Amino acid sequence: MGRFATGGAKYLKSDVWQQIEEAGAKALPVVSLISFLIGMIFAFVGVMQLRAFGAGIYTANLVAVATIRDMAPIMTAIIMAGRTGAAYAAEIGTMKVNEEIDALTTLGIDPMDFLVTPRMLALILMIPLLTMYASLMGIIGGAVVGLSMIDASFVQYVNQTIASVTLGSLFSGLLMSIVFGALVALAGCQQGMACGTSAMAVGQATTRAVVMGIVLIVVSAAILTIIFINLGI
Amino acid sequence: MSYGDFVIQKDLNFTVRRGDIFIIMGGSGCGKSTLLKVMIGLKSPSAGDVCYGGEEFWAAALARQEEMKRKFGTLFQGGALWSGMTLAENVALPLKQYTRLGDLEIRELCAYKLALVGLAGFEDFYPSEISGGMKKRAGLARAMAMDPDILFFDESSAGLDPISAKLLDDLILELRDSLGTTVVIVTHELASIFSIGNNSVFLDPITKTQLATGDPKDLGDQSPNFVVRNFLMRGTATPVE
Repeated sequence: MGRFATGGAKYLKSDVWQQIEEAGAKALPVVSLISFLIGMIFAFVGVMQLRAFGAGIYTANLVAVATIRDMAPIMTAIIMAGRTGAAYAAEIGTMKVNEEIDALTTLGIDPMDFLVTPRMLALILMIPLLTMYASLMGIIGGAVVGLSMIDASFVQYVNQTIASVTLGSLFSGLLMSIVFGALVALAGCQQGMACGTSAMAVGQATTRAVVMGIVLIVVSAAILTIIFINLGI
Repeated sequence: MSYGDFVIQKDLNFTVRRGDIFIIMGGSGCGKSTLLKVMIGLKSPSAGDVCYGGEEFWAAALARQEEMKRKFGTLFQGGALWSGMTLAENVALPLKQYTRLGDLEIRELCAYKLALVGLAGFEDFYPSEISGGMKKRAGLARAMAMDPDILFFDESSAGLDPISAKLLDDLILELRDSLGTTVVIVTHELASIFSIGNNSVFLDPITKTQLATGDPKDLGDQSPNFVVRNFLMRGTATPVE
Protein backbone atom coordinates (compact mmCIF):
# COMPACT_ATOMS: atom_id res chain seq x y z
CA MET A 1 0.00 0.00 0.00
CA GLY A 2 3.01 2.22 0.58
CA ARG A 3 4.03 1.77 -3.07
CA PHE A 4 0.42 2.47 -4.09
CA ALA A 5 0.42 5.69 -2.07
CA THR A 6 3.64 6.86 -3.74
CA GLY A 7 2.35 5.85 -7.20
CA GLY A 8 5.05 3.17 -7.60
CA ALA A 9 2.74 0.15 -7.64
CA LYS A 10 2.23 -1.52 -11.03
CA TYR A 11 -1.27 -2.94 -11.47
CA LEU A 12 -4.09 -2.82 -13.99
CA LYS A 13 -6.84 -0.26 -13.31
CA SER A 14 -9.26 -2.63 -15.01
CA ASP A 15 -8.41 -5.21 -12.35
CA VAL A 16 -9.57 -2.83 -9.63
CA TRP A 17 -12.96 -2.43 -11.33
CA GLN A 18 -13.28 -6.15 -11.81
CA GLN A 19 -12.49 -6.77 -8.15
CA ILE A 20 -14.93 -4.04 -7.08
CA GLU A 21 -17.67 -5.74 -9.08
CA GLU A 22 -16.82 -9.14 -7.57
CA ALA A 23 -16.56 -7.84 -4.01
CA GLY A 24 -19.40 -5.34 -4.22
CA ALA A 25 -22.41 -5.90 -6.42
CA LYS A 26 -22.20 -9.69 -6.34
CA ALA A 27 -22.10 -9.72 -2.52
CA LEU A 28 -25.35 -7.77 -2.18
CA PRO A 29 -27.77 -10.74 -2.00
CA VAL A 30 -25.98 -12.52 0.85
CA VAL A 31 -25.31 -9.27 2.73
CA SER A 32 -28.99 -8.32 2.36
CA LEU A 33 -30.25 -11.63 3.68
CA ILE A 34 -27.90 -11.91 6.65
CA SER A 35 -28.29 -8.26 7.69
CA PHE A 36 -32.06 -8.34 7.41
CA LEU A 37 -32.26 -11.49 9.55
CA ILE A 38 -29.78 -10.19 12.15
CA GLY A 39 -31.87 -7.02 12.43
CA MET A 40 -34.98 -9.15 12.96
CA ILE A 41 -33.27 -11.27 15.64
CA PHE A 42 -32.04 -8.16 17.48
CA ALA A 43 -35.49 -6.62 17.40
CA PHE A 44 -37.11 -9.81 18.61
CA VAL A 45 -34.74 -10.12 21.59
CA GLY A 46 -35.11 -6.37 22.27
CA VAL A 47 -38.89 -6.43 22.20
CA MET A 48 -39.08 -9.45 24.52
CA GLN A 49 -36.90 -7.74 27.13
CA LEU A 50 -37.94 -4.09 26.80
CA ARG A 51 -41.67 -4.72 26.55
CA ALA A 52 -41.60 -6.04 30.12
CA PHE A 53 -40.56 -2.55 31.25
CA GLY A 54 -43.04 -0.79 28.99
CA ALA A 55 -40.14 0.43 26.86
CA GLY A 56 -40.84 -1.52 23.68
CA ILE A 57 -40.27 1.56 21.51
CA TYR A 58 -36.62 1.53 22.57
CA THR A 59 -36.23 -1.55 20.44
CA ALA A 60 -35.69 0.96 17.62
CA ASN A 61 -32.70 2.41 19.54
CA LEU A 62 -31.26 -1.01 20.30
CA VAL A 63 -31.47 -2.17 16.70
CA ALA A 64 -30.16 1.05 15.17
CA VAL A 65 -27.22 1.63 17.52
CA ALA A 66 -26.12 -2.01 17.68
CA THR A 67 -26.43 -2.44 13.91
CA ILE A 68 -24.67 0.75 12.87
CA ARG A 69 -21.89 0.69 15.48
CA ASP A 70 -20.94 -2.98 15.53
CA MET A 71 -23.17 -5.61 14.00
CA ALA A 72 -23.26 -4.35 10.41
CA PRO A 73 -19.47 -3.78 10.18
CA ILE A 74 -18.64 -7.07 11.88
CA MET A 75 -21.21 -9.21 10.06
CA THR A 76 -20.40 -7.67 6.67
CA ALA A 77 -16.69 -8.23 7.23
CA ILE A 78 -17.24 -11.85 8.34
CA ILE A 79 -19.39 -12.48 5.26
CA MET A 80 -16.67 -10.95 3.10
CA ALA A 81 -13.97 -13.00 4.84
CA GLY A 82 -15.89 -16.19 4.01
CA ARG A 83 -16.78 -15.08 0.53
CA THR A 84 -14.13 -12.76 -0.90
CA GLY A 85 -11.17 -13.41 1.43
CA ALA A 86 -11.47 -17.14 0.74
CA ALA A 87 -11.76 -16.45 -2.99
CA TYR A 88 -8.60 -14.33 -2.92
CA ALA A 89 -6.63 -17.07 -1.16
CA ALA A 90 -7.91 -19.76 -3.55
CA GLU A 91 -7.34 -17.64 -6.66
CA ILE A 92 -3.83 -16.51 -5.76
CA GLY A 93 -2.96 -19.98 -4.41
CA THR A 94 -4.05 -21.61 -7.67
CA MET A 95 -2.03 -19.05 -9.61
CA LYS A 96 0.99 -20.09 -7.55
CA VAL A 97 0.38 -23.79 -8.28
CA ASN A 98 0.10 -23.01 -12.01
CA GLU A 99 3.33 -20.94 -11.99
CA GLU A 100 1.33 -17.83 -12.93
CA ILE A 101 3.01 -15.91 -10.07
CA ASP A 102 6.44 -17.03 -11.35
CA ALA A 103 5.44 -15.81 -14.81
CA LEU A 104 4.72 -12.35 -13.36
CA THR A 105 8.01 -12.31 -11.45
CA THR A 106 10.08 -13.25 -14.50
CA LEU A 107 8.54 -10.33 -16.36
CA GLY A 108 9.75 -8.01 -13.61
CA ILE A 109 6.19 -7.45 -12.35
CA ASP A 110 5.88 -7.50 -8.56
CA PRO A 111 3.05 -9.94 -7.70
CA MET A 112 2.35 -7.98 -4.52
CA ASP A 113 1.66 -4.85 -6.56
CA PHE A 114 -0.14 -6.59 -9.37
CA LEU A 115 -2.36 -8.98 -7.43
CA VAL A 116 -2.67 -7.58 -3.91
CA THR A 117 -3.15 -3.85 -4.61
CA PRO A 118 -6.36 -4.16 -6.70
CA ARG A 119 -7.89 -6.59 -4.19
CA MET A 120 -6.93 -4.46 -1.21
CA LEU A 121 -8.34 -1.32 -2.87
CA ALA A 122 -11.55 -3.12 -3.84
CA LEU A 123 -12.26 -4.31 -0.30
CA ILE A 124 -11.25 -1.05 1.38
CA LEU A 125 -13.72 0.72 -0.91
CA MET A 126 -16.51 -1.84 -0.96
CA ILE A 127 -16.78 -3.08 2.64
CA PRO A 128 -17.70 0.40 3.96
CA LEU A 129 -20.36 0.74 1.25
CA LEU A 130 -21.68 -2.75 1.95
CA THR A 131 -21.65 -1.96 5.66
CA MET A 132 -23.84 1.12 5.12
CA TYR A 133 -26.18 -0.97 3.05
CA ALA A 134 -26.15 -3.75 5.70
CA SER A 135 -27.00 -1.20 8.39
CA LEU A 136 -30.03 -0.10 6.40
CA MET A 137 -31.12 -3.70 5.83
CA GLY A 138 -30.66 -4.51 9.52
CA ILE A 139 -32.74 -1.53 10.57
CA ILE A 140 -35.47 -2.51 8.09
CA GLY A 141 -35.42 -6.10 9.41
CA GLY A 142 -35.66 -4.77 12.97
CA ALA A 143 -38.52 -2.49 12.00
CA VAL A 144 -40.50 -5.37 10.49
CA VAL A 145 -40.37 -7.28 13.79
CA GLY A 146 -40.58 -4.19 16.03
CA LEU A 147 -43.65 -2.76 14.34
CA SER A 148 -45.45 -6.08 14.41
CA MET A 149 -44.78 -6.64 18.12
CA ILE A 150 -44.93 -3.24 19.82
CA ASP A 151 -47.65 -0.66 19.95
CA ALA A 152 -46.01 2.05 17.84
CA SER A 153 -46.71 3.64 14.49
CA PHE A 154 -44.29 3.54 11.57
CA VAL A 155 -43.52 7.26 11.98
CA GLN A 156 -42.86 6.84 15.72
CA TYR A 157 -40.50 3.95 15.06
CA VAL A 158 -38.62 5.84 12.35
CA ASN A 159 -38.32 8.98 14.50
CA GLN A 160 -37.02 6.89 17.40
CA THR A 161 -34.46 5.27 15.10
CA ILE A 162 -33.27 8.61 13.70
CA ALA A 163 -33.00 10.12 17.16
CA SER A 164 -30.83 7.27 18.40
CA VAL A 165 -28.25 7.45 15.62
CA THR A 166 -25.41 9.87 16.33
CA LEU A 167 -22.65 11.04 14.05
CA GLY A 168 -20.22 9.22 16.33
CA SER A 169 -22.01 5.90 15.76
CA LEU A 170 -21.89 6.38 12.00
CA PHE A 171 -18.22 7.36 12.11
CA SER A 172 -17.15 4.44 14.32
CA GLY A 173 -19.03 1.92 12.14
CA LEU A 174 -17.51 3.32 8.99
CA LEU A 175 -13.98 3.45 10.36
CA MET A 176 -14.28 -0.12 11.62
CA SER A 177 -15.43 -1.30 8.19
CA ILE A 178 -12.44 0.33 6.46
CA VAL A 179 -10.07 -1.43 8.86
CA PHE A 180 -11.94 -4.73 8.37
CA GLY A 181 -11.73 -4.34 4.57
CA ALA A 182 -7.95 -4.02 4.72
CA LEU A 183 -7.64 -6.96 7.13
CA VAL A 184 -9.86 -9.31 5.10
CA ALA A 185 -7.94 -8.51 1.90
CA LEU A 186 -4.63 -8.88 3.71
CA ALA A 187 -5.56 -12.28 5.18
CA GLY A 188 -6.81 -13.62 1.83
CA CYS A 189 -3.89 -12.35 -0.23
CA GLN A 190 -1.23 -13.25 2.36
CA GLN A 191 -2.47 -16.82 2.64
CA GLY A 192 -2.69 -17.10 -1.15
CA MET A 193 0.86 -15.85 -1.61
CA ALA A 194 2.14 -18.18 1.14
CA CYS A 195 0.32 -21.17 -0.37
CA GLY A 196 2.24 -24.33 -1.27
CA THR A 197 2.24 -25.86 -4.72
CA SER A 198 -0.40 -28.58 -4.43
CA ALA A 199 -4.19 -28.75 -4.61
CA MET A 200 -4.30 -29.61 -0.90
CA ALA A 201 -2.23 -26.54 -0.10
CA VAL A 202 -4.79 -24.34 -1.88
CA GLY A 203 -7.56 -25.79 0.30
CA GLN A 204 -5.50 -25.23 3.44
CA ALA A 205 -4.64 -21.66 2.41
CA THR A 206 -8.34 -20.94 1.83
CA THR A 207 -9.31 -22.28 5.26
CA ARG A 208 -6.50 -20.34 6.93
CA ALA A 209 -7.55 -17.15 5.12
CA VAL A 210 -11.10 -17.39 6.48
CA VAL A 211 -10.02 -18.25 10.04
CA MET A 212 -7.32 -15.57 10.04
CA GLY A 213 -9.76 -13.02 8.59
CA ILE A 214 -12.42 -13.70 11.24
CA VAL A 215 -9.92 -13.65 14.11
CA LEU A 216 -8.45 -10.36 12.87
CA ILE A 217 -11.94 -8.87 12.52
CA VAL A 218 -13.02 -9.79 16.05
CA VAL A 219 -9.73 -8.78 17.69
CA SER A 220 -9.59 -5.44 15.87
CA ALA A 221 -13.30 -4.83 16.64
CA ALA A 222 -12.57 -5.28 20.35
CA ILE A 223 -9.57 -2.95 20.19
CA LEU A 224 -11.43 -0.30 18.17
CA THR A 225 -14.45 -0.46 20.47
CA ILE A 226 -12.23 0.22 23.49
CA ILE A 227 -10.52 3.08 21.64
CA PHE A 228 -13.86 4.63 20.61
CA ILE A 229 -15.24 4.36 24.14
CA ASN A 230 -12.13 6.03 25.56
CA LEU A 231 -12.42 8.77 22.95
CA GLY A 232 -16.08 9.23 23.84
CA ILE A 233 -17.27 8.37 20.34
CA MET B 1 22.05 -24.46 -5.52
CA SER B 2 20.22 -25.74 -2.48
CA TYR B 3 16.91 -25.81 -0.66
CA GLY B 4 17.95 -25.04 2.91
CA ASP B 5 20.74 -27.46 3.79
CA PHE B 6 19.82 -29.85 0.98
CA VAL B 7 22.27 -29.33 -1.88
CA ILE B 8 20.74 -29.77 -5.34
CA GLN B 9 23.78 -29.05 -7.54
CA LYS B 10 27.22 -27.61 -6.89
CA ASP B 11 30.27 -26.39 -8.84
CA LEU B 12 28.31 -25.64 -12.01
CA ASN B 13 30.29 -23.74 -14.60
CA PHE B 14 29.22 -23.45 -18.24
CA THR B 15 28.85 -20.82 -20.95
CA VAL B 16 25.88 -20.20 -23.22
CA ARG B 17 26.94 -18.45 -26.44
CA ARG B 18 24.76 -15.89 -28.20
CA GLY B 19 22.49 -17.71 -30.68
CA ASP B 20 22.91 -21.08 -28.96
CA ILE B 21 20.10 -23.52 -28.45
CA PHE B 22 21.36 -24.64 -25.08
CA ILE B 23 19.99 -27.77 -23.44
CA ILE B 24 19.97 -28.33 -19.68
CA MET B 25 19.59 -32.09 -19.40
CA GLY B 26 19.87 -34.87 -16.86
CA GLY B 27 17.80 -37.49 -15.11
CA SER B 28 14.66 -36.76 -13.12
CA GLY B 29 15.29 -34.84 -9.91
CA CYS B 30 18.77 -33.67 -10.85
CA GLY B 31 17.88 -29.97 -10.49
CA LYS B 32 17.32 -28.89 -14.11
CA SER B 33 14.28 -26.75 -13.30
CA THR B 34 15.99 -25.34 -10.20
CA LEU B 35 18.93 -24.29 -12.37
CA LEU B 36 16.50 -22.61 -14.75
CA LYS B 37 14.89 -20.78 -11.82
CA VAL B 38 18.32 -19.52 -10.78
CA MET B 39 19.00 -18.35 -14.35
CA ILE B 40 15.70 -16.45 -14.72
CA GLY B 41 15.80 -14.77 -11.33
CA LEU B 42 13.24 -16.83 -9.44
CA LYS B 43 15.65 -18.46 -6.99
CA SER B 44 18.93 -17.13 -5.74
CA PRO B 45 21.94 -19.48 -5.77
CA SER B 46 23.44 -20.45 -2.43
CA ALA B 47 26.87 -19.63 -3.90
CA GLY B 48 28.13 -18.14 -7.15
CA ASP B 49 26.26 -16.07 -9.72
CA VAL B 50 24.82 -16.05 -13.23
CA CYS B 51 26.51 -13.66 -15.64
CA TYR B 52 24.72 -12.07 -18.61
CA GLY B 53 27.19 -10.44 -20.99
CA GLY B 54 29.71 -10.36 -18.16
CA GLU B 55 27.30 -8.70 -15.73
CA GLU B 56 26.45 -10.61 -12.57
CA PHE B 57 22.70 -10.96 -12.17
CA TRP B 58 22.35 -11.81 -8.48
CA ALA B 59 24.99 -9.29 -7.37
CA ALA B 60 23.14 -6.50 -9.20
CA ALA B 61 20.74 -4.11 -7.47
CA LEU B 62 17.06 -5.09 -7.52
CA ALA B 63 16.16 -2.40 -10.06
CA ARG B 64 18.93 -3.59 -12.39
CA GLN B 65 17.75 -7.19 -11.99
CA GLU B 66 14.25 -6.08 -13.07
CA GLU B 67 15.79 -4.39 -16.15
CA MET B 68 17.76 -7.51 -17.02
CA LYS B 69 14.65 -9.69 -16.64
CA ARG B 70 12.97 -7.71 -19.41
CA LYS B 71 15.49 -9.20 -21.83
CA PHE B 72 14.27 -12.69 -20.88
CA GLY B 73 11.24 -14.54 -22.11
CA THR B 74 10.14 -17.67 -20.27
CA LEU B 75 7.86 -20.50 -21.30
CA PHE B 76 6.85 -22.52 -18.25
CA GLN B 77 6.05 -26.21 -18.27
CA GLY B 78 2.25 -25.79 -18.33
CA GLY B 79 2.31 -22.47 -20.17
CA ALA B 80 1.53 -20.56 -16.92
CA LEU B 81 -0.89 -18.33 -18.78
CA TRP B 82 -2.82 -15.96 -16.53
CA SER B 83 -6.12 -17.75 -16.38
CA GLY B 84 -8.23 -14.65 -15.81
CA MET B 85 -7.04 -13.07 -19.07
CA THR B 86 -7.61 -13.86 -22.73
CA LEU B 87 -4.65 -14.95 -24.85
CA ALA B 88 -4.36 -11.43 -26.29
CA GLU B 89 -4.42 -9.92 -22.80
CA ASN B 90 -1.72 -12.37 -21.70
CA VAL B 91 0.55 -11.25 -24.53
CA ALA B 92 -0.42 -7.60 -24.02
CA LEU B 93 0.45 -7.39 -20.32
CA PRO B 94 4.24 -6.97 -20.65
CA LEU B 95 3.70 -4.53 -23.54
CA LYS B 96 1.31 -2.45 -21.41
CA GLN B 97 3.73 -2.48 -18.50
CA TYR B 98 6.92 -1.62 -20.33
CA THR B 99 6.11 0.16 -23.59
CA ARG B 100 4.30 3.35 -24.56
CA LEU B 101 2.39 1.66 -27.37
CA GLY B 102 -1.27 2.58 -27.83
CA ASP B 103 -4.13 0.09 -27.37
CA LEU B 104 -4.56 -0.45 -31.10
CA GLU B 105 -0.85 -1.07 -31.69
CA ILE B 106 -0.73 -3.48 -28.76
CA ARG B 107 -3.78 -5.32 -30.09
CA GLU B 108 -2.14 -5.64 -33.53
CA LEU B 109 1.16 -6.77 -32.03
CA CYS B 110 -0.61 -9.40 -29.91
CA ALA B 111 -2.44 -10.72 -32.98
CA TYR B 112 0.91 -10.88 -34.82
CA LYS B 113 2.70 -12.72 -31.99
CA LEU B 114 -0.16 -15.19 -31.67
CA ALA B 115 -0.18 -15.71 -35.44
CA LEU B 116 3.56 -16.45 -35.28
CA VAL B 117 2.82 -19.46 -33.08
CA GLY B 118 -0.17 -20.56 -35.17
CA LEU B 119 -2.87 -19.09 -32.94
CA ALA B 120 -4.36 -16.49 -35.28
CA GLY B 121 -8.02 -16.00 -34.45
CA PHE B 122 -7.64 -17.19 -30.85
CA GLU B 123 -6.99 -13.73 -29.39
CA ASP B 124 -10.19 -13.65 -27.33
CA PHE B 125 -10.03 -17.22 -26.05
CA TYR B 126 -9.31 -17.90 -22.38
CA PRO B 127 -6.58 -20.42 -21.44
CA SER B 128 -9.25 -22.82 -20.15
CA GLU B 129 -10.79 -22.91 -23.64
CA ILE B 130 -7.71 -24.20 -25.50
CA SER B 131 -5.68 -27.42 -25.53
CA GLY B 132 -2.39 -28.08 -23.71
CA GLY B 133 -0.32 -27.68 -26.88
CA MET B 134 -2.07 -24.41 -27.69
CA LYS B 135 -1.40 -23.18 -24.15
CA LYS B 136 2.31 -23.82 -24.67
CA ARG B 137 2.27 -21.95 -27.96
CA ALA B 138 0.35 -19.07 -26.38
CA GLY B 139 2.91 -19.08 -23.55
CA LEU B 140 5.60 -18.82 -26.20
CA ALA B 141 3.81 -15.88 -27.84
CA ARG B 142 3.75 -14.15 -24.44
CA ALA B 143 7.42 -14.99 -23.85
CA MET B 144 8.24 -13.38 -27.21
CA ALA B 145 6.11 -10.29 -26.61
CA MET B 146 9.02 -8.05 -25.68
CA ASP B 147 11.37 -9.52 -28.33
CA PRO B 148 13.68 -10.98 -25.67
CA ASP B 149 17.37 -11.64 -26.19
CA ILE B 150 17.09 -14.97 -24.39
CA LEU B 151 14.20 -17.40 -24.34
CA PHE B 152 13.98 -19.97 -21.54
CA PHE B 153 11.87 -23.10 -21.89
CA ASP B 154 11.00 -25.42 -19.02
CA GLU B 155 10.21 -28.89 -20.41
CA SER B 156 8.89 -27.34 -23.61
CA SER B 157 7.72 -30.58 -25.21
CA ALA B 158 6.53 -32.40 -22.08
CA GLY B 159 2.94 -33.57 -22.43
CA LEU B 160 2.78 -32.83 -26.15
CA ASP B 161 2.07 -35.41 -28.85
CA PRO B 162 5.04 -36.13 -31.16
CA ILE B 163 3.74 -33.90 -33.95
CA SER B 164 3.06 -30.94 -31.66
CA ALA B 165 6.47 -31.45 -30.05
CA LYS B 166 8.12 -31.44 -33.51
CA LEU B 167 6.21 -28.28 -34.48
CA LEU B 168 7.38 -26.56 -31.29
CA ASP B 169 10.98 -27.62 -31.97
CA ASP B 170 10.70 -26.22 -35.51
CA LEU B 171 9.34 -22.99 -34.11
CA ILE B 172 12.27 -22.70 -31.68
CA LEU B 173 14.74 -23.23 -34.53
CA GLU B 174 12.94 -20.66 -36.66
CA LEU B 175 13.05 -18.12 -33.81
CA ARG B 176 16.75 -18.63 -33.34
CA ASP B 177 17.50 -18.44 -37.07
CA SER B 178 15.25 -15.48 -37.90
CA LEU B 179 15.64 -13.33 -34.78
CA GLY B 180 18.99 -14.55 -33.45
CA THR B 181 17.38 -15.30 -30.10
CA THR B 182 19.44 -17.36 -27.66
CA VAL B 183 17.40 -20.29 -26.38
CA VAL B 184 17.89 -22.23 -23.14
CA ILE B 185 15.79 -25.37 -22.78
CA VAL B 186 15.31 -27.70 -19.84
CA THR B 187 14.39 -31.10 -21.20
CA HIS B 188 15.09 -34.80 -21.14
CA GLU B 189 13.30 -35.49 -24.42
CA LEU B 190 16.07 -37.03 -26.55
CA ALA B 191 14.34 -36.27 -29.86
CA SER B 192 14.31 -32.54 -29.04
CA ILE B 193 17.82 -32.61 -27.57
CA PHE B 194 19.33 -34.05 -30.76
CA SER B 195 17.19 -32.20 -33.29
CA ILE B 196 17.61 -28.64 -32.01
CA GLY B 197 20.32 -28.48 -29.34
CA ASN B 198 23.83 -27.30 -30.29
CA ASN B 199 25.21 -26.85 -26.78
CA SER B 200 24.34 -28.40 -23.44
CA VAL B 201 25.14 -29.18 -19.85
CA PHE B 202 24.46 -32.56 -18.27
CA LEU B 203 23.53 -32.55 -14.58
CA ASP B 204 23.95 -35.65 -12.46
CA PRO B 205 21.64 -36.30 -9.47
CA ILE B 206 24.12 -38.68 -7.81
CA THR B 207 27.31 -36.61 -7.78
CA LYS B 208 25.20 -33.41 -7.72
CA THR B 209 27.33 -31.66 -10.28
CA GLN B 210 27.71 -31.31 -14.04
CA LEU B 211 29.21 -34.30 -15.81
CA ALA B 212 29.58 -32.86 -19.31
CA THR B 213 29.10 -29.78 -21.47
CA GLY B 214 29.05 -29.42 -25.24
CA ASP B 215 27.04 -30.35 -28.32
CA PRO B 216 24.65 -33.15 -27.27
CA LYS B 217 25.22 -34.95 -30.60
CA ASP B 218 28.94 -35.16 -29.82
CA LEU B 219 28.34 -36.13 -26.20
CA GLY B 220 26.13 -39.03 -27.27
CA ASP B 221 28.93 -40.49 -29.38
CA GLN B 222 32.07 -39.35 -27.70
CA SER B 223 31.55 -38.45 -24.06
CA PRO B 224 34.11 -40.27 -21.91
CA ASN B 225 31.47 -40.37 -19.17
CA PHE B 226 29.38 -43.53 -19.25
CA VAL B 227 26.42 -41.94 -17.41
CA VAL B 228 26.17 -39.20 -20.06
CA ARG B 229 26.44 -41.60 -23.00
CA ASN B 230 23.99 -44.00 -21.39
CA PHE B 231 21.46 -41.19 -20.90
CA LEU B 232 21.80 -39.98 -24.48
CA MET B 233 21.61 -43.54 -25.86
CA ARG B 234 18.46 -44.45 -23.88
CA GLY B 235 20.33 -46.84 -21.59
CA THR B 236 21.98 -48.85 -24.35
CA ALA B 237 25.58 -47.62 -23.96
CA THR B 238 28.25 -50.11 -23.01
CA PRO B 239 30.83 -49.24 -20.35
CA VAL B 240 34.36 -48.73 -21.66
CA GLU B 241 36.75 -51.38 -20.28
